[in-house]
Amino acid sequence: MTRDLLYLLAASLFILGLRMMSHPRTAARGNLVGALGMAVAIGATLLSGGLDVGLLVLALVIGSALGVVAALKVKMTAMPEMVGLLNGFGGLASVLVAGGEGASGGVAGAATAAGGFIGSVTFFGSFVAFGKLAEFLAVKWKLKPWQAAVKFGFSGAAAAGAVAFAVGGELLAAVGGLAIAGLLLLRRETFPGMTAVKALVLALALVAAVTAARGGSGYWTLVAVAGVLGVLLTWSIGGADMPVVIALLNSYSGLAAAATGFVIGNTVLIIGGALVGASGIILTGIMCRAMNRSLWNVVLGASGGAAAGPKADEVYRTVKATSADEVAMLLEAARRVVIVPGYGMAVAQAQHAVRDLANLVEREFGAEVVYAIHPVAGRMPGHMNVLLAEADVPYGKLKELDEINSAMESTDVCIVVGANDVVNPLARTDPSSPIAGMPIVDADRARTCVVVKRSLGPGFAGIPNPLFAKERTLMLFKDAREAFVEIAAAVKAR
Amino acid sequence: MTDLVGLLTVFVLAMFVGFEVITKVPPTLHTPLMSGSNAISGITVIGALMLAGHVGEPWLARTLGFLAVVLAMVNVVGGFLVTHRMLRMFRRK
Repeated sequence: MTRDLLYLLAASLFILGLRMMSHPRTAARGNLVGALGMAVAIGATLLSGGLDVGLLVLALVIGSALGVVAALKVKMTAMPEMVGLLNGFGGLASVLVAGGEGASGGVAGAATAAGGFIGSVTFFGSFVAFGKLAEFLAVKWKLKPWQAAVKFGFSGAAAAGAVAFAVGGELLAAVGGLAIAGLLLLRRETFPGMTAVKALVLALALVAAVTAARGGSGYWTLVAVAGVLGVLLTWSIGGADMPVVIALLNSYSGLAAAATGFVIGNTVLIIGGALVGASGIILTGIMCRAMNRSLWNVVLGASGGAAAGPKADEVYRTVKATSADEVAMLLEAARRVVIVPGYGMAVAQAQHAVRDLANLVEREFGAEVVYAIHPVAGRMPGHMNVLLAEADVPYGKLKELDEINSAMESTDVCIVVGANDVVNPLARTDPSSPIAGMPIVDADRARTCVVVKRSLGPGFAGIPNPLFAKERTLMLFKDAREAFVEIAAAVKAR
Repeated sequence: MTDLVGLLTVFVLAMFVGFEVITKVPPTLHTPLMSGSNAISGITVIGALMLAGHVGEPWLARTLGFLAVVLAMVNVVGGFLVTHRMLRMFRRK
């Protein structure tokens, strides 16, 4: 009774905490309220009696210590990997709990199957997302020692699991484990017939889920097959589609927890899981809309490719290169400056250099500098916002698409740094383009546009960008951080 | 059956609450929202605690439970802490 009331308190704290997330001013406190809710739930469980508390405290301490180390060590630029990895841990925990309960038949059986299915897709999908973000899966180049250790260690563990299942007589689970181990060793993102294989494995996983739900046996077979599905679904997804996948996996990790709640008939798991599930679904929807693509299109890996659209050579005939000095001169005359950051800014770790230049221009030239944040810029929802917050840029300066585009024509200088597809005007003009209809930052409508980019290489969509060749566009071919440092030096010299 | 209906009711209503609350989170906070809500999905730790701590369960189940507690706690503590680190950086002016 007391315990259940405390669970109710915990669930209320979760909701309250999430509500406080709706404003940057209260968000930090909201997060603490959520953490308090978790502490209440854990405390209530430990004190409810009948449990071997000593052992549990040991497990809690080990997990917490690992969590603290990970959270304090991670760099802000590596946040997408971190979130991917944490998602996976939650998913795997749900798989183990549902499996350990070993419920069979009826409601509990169905919930167990659901928990195993979703949890396993979450875990293996998250591992693949992590591996792709950390650039050690599906790549051809030579790996760093830690990357190789993680990649081959994980594959080895999957293979060892397969052997254990084979010994135990669970042949299907063994095949699944081997498939996972093998898939992870692939050095490319696609293979012939991948879509068909995905569909087949999806069907198999559904059959395994129904079997497990009915009979109670075959749980680990289900986990293995769902794991293959999780690997396949995330395997071919990269680059600009990553925010969708990270959001989707976030949603799954919540739904897996909720399913586990059904297994043990515990409402705080159901509520907490449902909240996270809802959050992930909303973010997934926002990301898909921001790319004008359906969820199926992203998940089934049908990205546009480079086939359609104009040839790069023709588009880029009139490209004009510029220098840091010339950009400084433009900035001196500007009254309104918009900076459009993309993933390239994160890669070059240029956020501090960008902030420095923005502050300098505001102070020396009295111009207004704001940032245009495209929802899918970067590798996860809100990625650019976090990087700029790290560089002490006030959040009031970060503007959404509508606001920025409506004032673009009165913008004197628009500086694009490390973004490509999200400023490509073909999205507006070419209905056959793979990015047709995607909302973009209208950088081409500014009075002058400066693009900081190392080369004319294409973005993730693989198409040329006519913005680079426009009459009022200047290209600054440099690493992002170097470029901003040089422009700042030129500004100071004026 | 009533039991299931009760749980389903809780689930569906919680989804609605989730949609209502989270729609109001601005894009600026989407990354902290993900890592923070991610930490909440570690609530599965409760199930893990019950499994690992239950003296009557077979040892295999308890081992799985123990492992699940560790993993879920990494998710919980890592998630809340990293979110806190991020949110401290957001400032007005």
